[in-house]
Amino acid sequence: MFKHTATTLLASTVLATGAFAQDAELIIESWRNDDLAIWQDKIIPAFEAEHPGITLKFTPSAPAEYNAVLNSKLDAGSAGDIITCRPFDASLALYDNGHLADLSDLEGMANFSDVAKSGWSTDDGSATYCVPMASVIHGFIYNKEAFEEVGVEVPKTEAEFFAVLDKIKEDGSYIPMAMGTNDQWEAATMGYNNIGPNYWKGEEGRNALIAGEQKLTDEGWVAPFRQLAKWGPYLGDGFEAQTYPDSQNIFTLGRAAIYPAGSWEISGFNTLVDFEMGAFYPPVPNAGDTCYISDHTDIGIGMNAATAHPEAAKAFLNWVASPEFATIFANALPGFFPLSSGAVELEDPLAQEFLSWREECESTIRSTYQILSRGTPNLENDTWNASAAVIKGTETPEDAAKRLQEGLASWYAPQQ
Amino acid sequence: MATPTGPSKIKWHVVVFLAPAVLVYTAVMIYPLFNTLRLSFFDTVDQQRVFVGLENFRTLFGNTIWSDQFWNALGNNFWFFLVHMLVQNPIGVALAALLSSPRLRFAALYRTAIFVPTILSFVIVGFAWKLILSPIWGIAPEMLDAIGLKFLYAPWLGKEEYALTTLALVSVWQFVGIPMMLIYAALLSIPEEILEAGECDGITGMSAFWKIKLPLILPSIGIISILTFVGNFNAFDLIYAAQGALAGPDFSTDILGTFLYRTFFGFQLQLGDPHMGSAIASAMFVIILIGVCLYLFGIQRRLRHYQY
Repeated sequence: MFKHTATTLLASTVLATGAFAQDAELIIESWRNDDLAIWQDKIIPAFEAEHPGITLKFTPSAPAEYNAVLNSKLDAGSAGDIITCRPFDASLALYDNGHLADLSDLEGMANFSDVAKSGWSTDDGSATYCVPMASVIHGFIYNKEAFEEVGVEVPKTEAEFFAVLDKIKEDGSYIPMAMGTNDQWEAATMGYNNIGPNYWKGEEGRNALIAGEQKLTDEGWVAPFRQLAKWGPYLGDGFEAQTYPDSQNIFTLGRAAIYPAGSWEISGFNTLVDFEMGAFYPPVPNAGDTCYISDHTDIGIGMNAATAHPEAAKAFLNWVASPEFATIFANALPGFFPLSSGAVELEDPLAQEFLSWREECESTIRSTYQILSRGTPNLENDTWNASAAVIKGTETPEDAAKRLQEGLASWYAPQQ
Repeated sequence: MATPTGPSKIKWHVVVFLAPAVLVYTAVMIYPLFNTLRLSFFDTVDQQRVFVGLENFRTLFGNTIWSDQFWNALGNNFWFFLVHMLVQNPIGVALAALLSSPRLRFAALYRTAIFVPTILSFVIVGFAWKLILSPIWGIAPEMLDAIGLKFLYAPWLGKEEYALTTLALVSVWQFVGIPMMLIYAALLSIPEEILEAGECDGITGMSAFWKIKLPLILPSIGIISILTFVGNFNAFDLIYAAQGALAGPDFSTDILGTFLYRTFFGFQLQLGDPHMGSAIASAMFVIILIGVCLYLFGIQRRLRHYQY
């Protein structure tokens, strides 16, 4: 009797210890503070229901500070177990410094194409250190009611685009386009890299720039600046001091007709607008040209090499790589499109519109992100500055392109 | 018992009483300062930290990509400082003079109201002023419109030529309470007898201020100037809160603090470089040190102190 009790005790102790080993709390570092509710209400419960013993804690910081905060935390050893990865060099540097674990062997990685993995692989592609999570697509979101009221159609070419803007401006009841230059990055991200791929022919131009066969002063790279230089008069009074949240509010309050956008705006806008929204891809230079869209690998997710719970973290990452996560994520966050090879059906019509361009147009990623922003001066930061200056008219398109080219050539050997 | 046994006797109570301050100050100020200076002589080569001597400083001052940014930031810093010296401190002195006037009613109320912004967070001040001056939601355009001066309005924070001055004036608004309080205290400590003696000699009203009070508060003004100098050359928060780390438009509001932040911690795709960042921090330290020494040896020693 006594012996039996002892055995039971021993067995239960072993069991308890086993359960204890499974008990892991994974802290997730992210810059997506807008997604806090979605993680807490949808993603985390779905994962925890399937994986008892692992709890998740989503701790985002402000997007502009994320890289600096994360680097400091990693150096100090206080970062979370799961790291949301910026694409390209920021994460590559973390991998090189031993902060991100190599995930090449993760079973779930088989669900992704090489292009999807390119944002989070070493230059030679031998190691992948983050699971590709989502991409964002650039284009223009418009107010359908405003378009009907003014009597304009969705523009297909650059000439039509400016005709639409002129007509809205003439009508006077709407600000033609909601964008400001105060925060600078919109000018580059939603301006230059949004309309640019049509001129530099997407991947073709981007790869040629990396290889040193094209220069930023070539026509394909200056033409988008020429178009941006014409945007200023359509942006509304005081656009120089208009911030990113200002632009979002102007559009969602129905005061502006067109919003140069990234698809990440969709979920936020859906809850704010009381009019119907539509979207169109960047108008092509001439009717019949192939259209190119910026379909940018934006979010990956990896594992802190110093985590205390590598097994639990891998279980979570495998789940992130699964079609199940892709469906939850894509529908919870319309506008962030899964990169996994499986087809995902989206319920949100606006997000489906963006996603449909993948079939119609050629996809590319932002020109400055891969390799070209490794040196000093930083090409991405300079592009922000140049795009804002061109829109404000304080720098000519040619001067801006020349400045960027000189900056790039000063450290990038293939351009010298 | 009372006879001292010699100079070698250690006064332990002095050590004990000084210890907390010395330890805390060493841990949070002196050690990081010297470690930053040390770090500026290193660089990362192939993931290894190696000693490179003055190479980082050669890059900072010799390479136009870095030096242009540095001189731009330094120039902006001087302009930021100048605005404070020309606007904040005279207004502070004037307010203190008004407040110390015995005939002024509600002096305590004004004193508190003017001092309150000083205790506000930079983030709140930056955000509130951004909203006030916003061309879209701000009250500045409407207020100017109400008095028929709408034509004077411009999106100040978005224009290269106005942004830095605007932010300097916001900072003046926030901190004008500090010189006011210091001068106010100095003015109150001037004995009535001196002023009455002056009155007997026919010095009253404004001339009493210029001829008696101002010379007596000059040491306080000197202290305020040096505090303003150190504060302005270490400034960062307001610019970062209002314009972000790229200190737009077109780096027109970039000061040494934001330049250091961008370099040290990185920004967007730009990766942080602690070694170049330390070099900038060291340059800032030297600049402030020179400024303080110039003041101490050039001005402070020549100021006449009055005993009363």
